[in-house]
Amino acid sequence: MTVSITVTVNEQEYTREVEPRLLLSDFLRHELGLTGTHVGCEHGVCGACTILFDGESMRSCLIFAVQADGHSIATVEGLAKDKDNLSPLQQSFWETHGLQCGYCTPGILMTLIPFLKQNPNPSEDEIRHALSGNLCRCTGYQHIVDAVKLAAEKMMDVNSG
Amino acid sequence: MKPAPFEYHAPTSLEEALGLMNQHADEAKLLAGGQSLVPAMNFRVVQPSMLIDLNRVQGLSHICADGNVLRIGAMARERQLEFDTLIETRTPLLHEAVPFIAHPQIRNRGTIGGSIVNADPAAELPMLMFALDARLKAQSVSGERWIDAQDFFAGMFTTALVPNEILVEIELPFMPPRTGWSFMEVAPRTGDYALMGVAALVTLDENGKCTRAKLVYLNAGDGPVDAKEAAQSLTGEQVNDARIQSAAAMASEKEISPFGNVHTSPEFQRHLAKVLTIRALKQATQRVGEMQ
Ligand SMILES: Cc1cc2nc3c(=O)[nH]c(=O)nc-3n(C[C@H](O)[C@H](O)[C@H](O)COP(=O)(O)OP(=O)(O)OC[C@H]3O[C@@H](n4cnc5c(N)ncnc54)[C@H](O)[C@@H]3O)c2cc1C
Ligand code: FES
Ligand code: FES
Repeated sequence: MTVSITVTVNEQEYTREVEPRLLLSDFLRHELGLTGTHVGCEHGVCGACTILFDGESMRSCLIFAVQADGHSIATVEGLAKDKDNLSPLQQSFWETHGLQCGYCTPGILMTLIPFLKQNPNPSEDEIRHALSGNLCRCTGYQHIVDAVKLAAEKMMDVNSG
Repeated sequence: MKPAPFEYHAPTSLEEALGLMNQHADEAKLLAGGQSLVPAMNFRVVQPSMLIDLNRVQGLSHICADGNVLRIGAMARERQLEFDTLIETRTPLLHEAVPFIAHPQIRNRGTIGGSIVNADPAAELPMLMFALDARLKAQSVSGERWIDAQDFFAGMFTTALVPNEILVEIELPFMPPRTGWSFMEVAPRTGDYALMGVAALVTLDENGKCTRAKLVYLNAGDGPVDAKEAAQSLTGEQVNDARIQSAAAMASEKEISPFGNVHTSPEFQRHLAKVLTIRALKQATQRVGEMQ
């Protein structure tokens, strides 16, 4: 049995027929072709699938697509217009080598967007705490922390000037 | 697809949800935040043939004061508890402990009711309900009943709810005046389930004598463990280092029964319990009078 749902993803509305057991992560990837949202563990631990659900960071592997009916989702694809116009957060990851294989990156970016909104000038401790729910196999986190610091600076400059 | 197929219902009122639960109590599972249920379904450890989603039910996520108690709707998110100023001022123990639950992304979705009903012995909220003398309101088509937290947890992942009941509200008495609090735990990594954790409450009279103490542990048995004798040993007395040491020894050696897991042995859990109890009792005693 399928259900018809209408979900806004990155400000665009999509209507699809889905089985209730379809995970939001698989809906984004397989139904909408938005493969920027990655899937690592599918039990909430790795953070690769983190998206924004009505503006708040959540695991898309622990939400059913039907539950997103009428809600607004943001994924990594919505952060930049194109590769030459990265968001300040993405640009900072680029400049500080905040990623290697990039598998964890979309989830980390979507975790950090609301975090930096709520904490525009975070301490290193707060940054590391905010990243605790996202596993990275490659970087050892140091460059990610650097990226967040740089992004916070860039975003403050933008906001103050 | 990972989970097995199921029929999905998303009621918008409590009446509708209660009716569905009554009709399908044997096969249906309630879906709250899904942060424990969906991982289990993705692994197919559980395969309910029906889910009744509480996320669209109105009126289940309030946090408000009512006389000398706080009332918290079962669908209040863990993240909501974390930032609520009533919780911060009236039950600072809860305020202090919530950030230890998982990660922000999980707390944005996970609910107080889901965590309580999940009754994981390693979870924070069930033992906090014990420590804070919560009363839990269960509702079914035939009416409602209040269950004391002490009677609610019936063993690992098991509660006193009957199949057609929904946990709808949690009632927490304000912490009494002149009460100090402390929550401490040790986890392998930030956000992981803890190896051991303790909630301590100490109430002192004007002369510094302890009138009431409470020590409750997580991951120390098949549910929240209330170390009554250790707490009792402090009452009527000045809470000094010697008494703290002996209460910690009593609780960690006699009253808890941890069984270890892949990360830890029961001996190490007892060691952690002792060290955490000493620190928590000291902090709680120092904090008497700090509550607004
Ligand atoms: C990576 C990860 C780390 C975590 N770490 C921790 C941690 O450190 N500490 C911790 O305590 N928790 C942790 N959790 C669990 C998290 O706190 C869950 O949110 C919580 O345990 C369950 O709440 P939920 O609302 O998601 O419930 P759900 O998963 O939706 O439901 C859990 C169970 O309760 C039942 N249920 C739910 N609501 C009701 C109700 N109102 N009435 C009757 N039955 C109901 C459901 O049918 C189900 O059986 C973690 C989870 C993840 C994924
Ligand atoms: S895939 Fe969702 S948290 Fe790992
Ligand atoms: S960059 Fe490879 S997992 Fe993080």
